[in-house]
Amino acid sequence: MKELVCIDCPNSCQMIIEEFGDEIKVSGNLCKRGVEFARRELKNPMRTISSTVKTIFPDTPVLSIRVSNEIPKDKIFDVMKEINKVVITKPVSVGDIIIENVLGLNSDIIATSNIF
Amino acid sequence: MKDYDVIVIGGGPAGLAAAISADKEGARVLLIEREAKLGGILKQCIHDGFGLVRYGEKLSGPEYAQRFIEEFHIRNIDYSVLTYVIGIEKTEHYTVRVVNTKGVTCYRTKTIILATGCRERTSKQISIHGTRPSGVFTAGTAQAYINILGQMPTKKCVILGSGDIGLIMARRLTLEGAKVCGVYEAKDSPSGLTRNILQCLEDYNIPLYLSHTVTRLFGEDRLKAVEITKVDEKMAPIFGTEEIIECDALILSVGLIPENELAESLHVEIDPRTKGPACDQDFMTNQAGIFTCGNALHVNDLVDYVSESGELAGKAAARYIYKDREYISIDTDNEFLYFLPQKIHIRDIENEMTFYFRSNQVLKNALMTLSVNGKQILKKKYRNLKPPEMETFKLDISQFKLTGDDKVTAALKGENP
Repeated sequence: MKELVCIDCPNSCQMIIEEFGDEIKVSGNLCKRGVEFARRELKNPMRTISSTVKTIFPDTPVLSIRVSNEIPKDKIFDVMKEINKVVITKPVSVGDIIIENVLGLNSDIIATSNIF
Repeated sequence: MKDYDVIVIGGGPAGLAAAISADKEGARVLLIEREAKLGGILKQCIHDGFGLVRYGEKLSGPEYAQRFIEEFHIRNIDYSVLTYVIGIEKTEHYTVRVVNTKGVTCYRTKTIILATGCRERTSKQISIHGTRPSGVFTAGTAQAYINILGQMPTKKCVILGSGDIGLIMARRLTLEGAKVCGVYEAKDSPSGLTRNILQCLEDYNIPLYLSHTVTRLFGEDRLKAVEITKVDEKMAPIFGTEEIIECDALILSVGLIPENELAESLHVEIDPRTKGPACDQDFMTNQAGIFTCGNALHVNDLVDYVSESGELAGKAAARYIYKDREYISIDTDNEFLYFLPQKIHIRDIENEMTFYFRSNQVLKNALMTLSVNGKQILKKKYRNLKPPEMETFKLDISQFKLTGDDKVTAALKGENP
């Protein structure tokens, strides 16, 4: 039996997880996202990260970005290394892909603000 | 002098939502923003988690703001950036005097919505002994350096206070290669949301020390070290527990306070519990035609509720007709940290009313009741109530046919864990 707090939303449900081989039983969650969170958290914890990339534009020296899908928790610093290699030289809009399929993790690095 | 129905002061999430909502009601709206870009503090809140309530998505701050900015521009609402309000005069309506690169301009308006957001408490407000070197930042300032200017403010730092921005900055600084020695909190429970303790501190092995505070700064030009001391239940430092930690920055996340400068100049009544204006269900203050919303009203933990209050205030301001209002106040017990609105105007009650509250302490299996003349009209159960996590509910109060003699009370009961 394990205790986990679901971080999927601000409700922060305190959950109790019972494992039966490959199956799990979750209690204390308010919605089904808690079950999905528990399943991932036990096998392969996933997280999102947000950061910035450099630009050549003096008015906007950095552009905010995030991952489009969650990435494995243990790959966070590897992905940060890729993010820190980028320099933006052209205007971009919210949602534009900055790095496609970063490190083959099925997640893109996307812009979260604009540079006109 | 140009005439408006509604002037919104502040172009962050509350002001944008208020302006859009007032425009939808057909009002002539002007929005005034002192920075160069719309979006307010969301511009630098690049982490995700915004919009879960409103859109069911985890957006970053700039993305959340962009949705409102786009709608604002589609509606062609008048606005003026890099513009600062220097004074408001009450005449027949209100005259708002602003200054920008074109000089001083006056606008006349029937109503004003104060959407000025909140400010961080600074080191001057928490009295730390020692020298006054550079390297002491509020979490929001450190956030602006990294996320807007692309400059690292520290290599090795201590964070004082466990507010959400401090927790988020602990993660952000770690991602960018700085060493965060620890987050120190004088209270015996964290101020920030549980999910932020987990995903910002535990995920990155950043220690959280409760009942600890910074008692002294060392360093001449730049901060060299801080002294950390344990505190007792009354938050008084315990002699003999001092510890010196070398660092080049102290980052403060010690609370937010609604920005009331303009409200005070208009003699708006301030609630000592929210530290923002007292208001009715239309978000109107005790000054006729002066409305408030968002973090200027009370510090919210989710932007979704900031937008909601902006929309409600915008709609109410657009529909505002000058008529004397008759009020009854809502009496609340001490289990509430605060309860909004503070009063109900009882003539022409429209639709449902939105309430916001926080508990004073952690409560399990709590029961919140609303009563009229001692008779319960609403009961709500909560599994967990925590001061950092705001609760909200809606209720159609027109059905109770309130009169000036009625007494409305809110009560909260629960178990201490």
